[in-house]
Amino acid sequence: MLKDIVSTGTRATREGFGAGLLELGRQNPKVVGLTADLMESLQMQHFQKEFPERFFQCGIAEANMMGIAAGLATAGMIPYTGTFANFSTGRVYDQIRQSIAYSHKNVKICASHAGLTLGEDGATHQILEDLGLMRMLPGMVVINPCDFNQTKAATIAIAEHDGPVYLRFGRPSWPIFTPENQKFRIGKALQLASGKDVSIFATGHLVWTSIEAAKELAAQGVSCEVINIHTIKPLDEEAILDSVSKTRAVVVAEEHQRNGGLGDAIANLLVHRLPVPMEYVGVKDSFGESGKPVELLDKYGLSKKDVLWAVKDVLDRK
Amino acid sequence: MCVFAAGRNVSVDGKSEQEDQSTRSLMADISKLTELCAQVRRDIVRMVFNVQSGHPGGSLGCTEFFVALYGNVLKHSAKPFRMEGRNQDLFFLSNGHISPVWYSVLARSGYFPVSELNTFRKINSRLQGHPATHEGLPGVRVASGSLGQGMSVAIGAALSKRLNDDRRWVFCLTGDGELEEGQCWEAIMFAAHHKVDNLIVTVDWNGQQIDGPTDQVMSLGNLPAKWKAFGWDVLILEKGNDLEAVIAMLRRAKRRCGKGKPVVILMKTEMGYGVDFMQGTHKWHGKAPNQEQFDSAMKQLPETALGDF
Repeated sequence: MLKDIVSTGTRATREGFGAGLLELGRQNPKVVGLTADLMESLQMQHFQKEFPERFFQCGIAEANMMGIAAGLATAGMIPYTGTFANFSTGRVYDQIRQSIAYSHKNVKICASHAGLTLGEDGATHQILEDLGLMRMLPGMVVINPCDFNQTKAATIAIAEHDGPVYLRFGRPSWPIFTPENQKFRIGKALQLASGKDVSIFATGHLVWTSIEAAKELAAQGVSCEVINIHTIKPLDEEAILDSVSKTRAVVVAEEHQRNGGLGDAIANLLVHRLPVPMEYVGVKDSFGESGKPVELLDKYGLSKKDVLWAVKDVLDRK
Repeated sequence: MCVFAAGRNVSVDGKSEQEDQSTRSLMADISKLTELCAQVRRDIVRMVFNVQSGHPGGSLGCTEFFVALYGNVLKHSAKPFRMEGRNQDLFFLSNGHISPVWYSVLARSGYFPVSELNTFRKINSRLQGHPATHEGLPGVRVASGSLGQGMSVAIGAALSKRLNDDRRWVFCLTGDGELEEGQCWEAIMFAAHHKVDNLIVTVDWNGQQIDGPTDQVMSLGNLPAKWKAFGWDVLILEKGNDLEAVIAMLRRAKRRCGKGKPVVILMKTEMGYGVDFMQGTHKWHGKAPNQEQFDSAMKQLPETALGDF
């Protein structure tokens, strides 16, 4: 039930990554960590302290880090690279494409500070294109968990998948609302609230925003189905089609450009299988800027009121 | 299928361990490997002529290196080929465009049928224009071709060996023009900092790249001094097209490992070596010969007892 989904506290998703990596390190001796001078930003210091011999500081040299990760994977290790999302994708696209994705290397590309919620550092660091870049690569698994607990679980779970994974998370403290010690299943969408009027598919930080919007809409008599699409690729097509065949209206919410992200992935599915009115909550072909995370989400159309507006829009077009 | 030197250099049973230190059988090898060089050169030109595309220049220039490596230096296993290569030496080709020489040597080392060389660059082939793992070609561990990436991958594999207490070596070949890619210097810095001393990088120092001599396109400056300044143990091989010299240098490089520094061999070769009109010029970097040129090349590279593909 929607009203039962409450925040039990706030912590950054990157802290969930750090906690997950430490726990995983204790479980699996093949796991190694790499960073490009952003160890503490990625919260990898916990792993580094306990497993110094399995941790490699690469300096400010992301391209080399990706190649080294590919080599470690070739010879049987499970490398987790850690840097900002901007430097984990756009900066090293060709290295990922050739040495990791095309070569099917078991590398986990872990990317923090994604999207606008990086805040004050501004648009140079606020990548809003990374999901698109990564989901275009054949064979790449793309995951954007929604809170601390889910990021921790995802960090542990991706070691079990044999192949490249892009794991995206963020900088700010954010509400925690999914269970502790949950089992994370790649590609399995999670229905958070059942509804009949509209399906809201959300990923990352915008899952919580969508829950808050759905609660407000419920008070107004609109029944929203809220589904957490933590895995953007492979997309849980069955869960999406099941929901949409019931609600016949869709809103997709993500901290990303409208181009190329989760919205486009779902639109691509629905245009072939089940075309219905659909609205995006995402950045409209724009770079970000400096500011507080919440101010930026508001200015660039990623706030609760933008979800409310999008729902009203699709309901009008139904 | 033709497997040269079968069972002696291609070994997984540990017997070749002794042979690492031994030059006992080297002279017997040399005549076989010299013949192999001749056949590999013929393969290269025939492969590129067949599809009218590919990169003969660098391939011909590195023939002795590949034959020395696979025929005498590496402890490796063609069958079964194992991606992880635990307790074996690993080789990574960074300048992937010289795939013809690698494919020829891999096939003639037993990794896949020699007849498969016929499929080079054709549709549905495992022998892609640039080496790839995607089609499952035995012997290839990572895709290469987009330049500057192989050294990083080799370093990662060397770190993995260290973590697993695997005492074998990791080898990597890179072009000299390729060193213009910034990632190479990231890798060079990393390997010295982390004391990756189970790594032997060889630079194909032929002084040529697509648009002309490296001195004109982008001067590499004092290459030995640069590598030294970055903290590597630098070896210079003046005669990169002399088979015995290449074998001796690779063996020497192995002995220089384990001392806290990565080892680089700056190997002077002549692009296009073995075919007079291709030799010493950048013009045959990535060009196929026409019929007349092919006939001329074949006259210079007569068929050997190993036989054509």
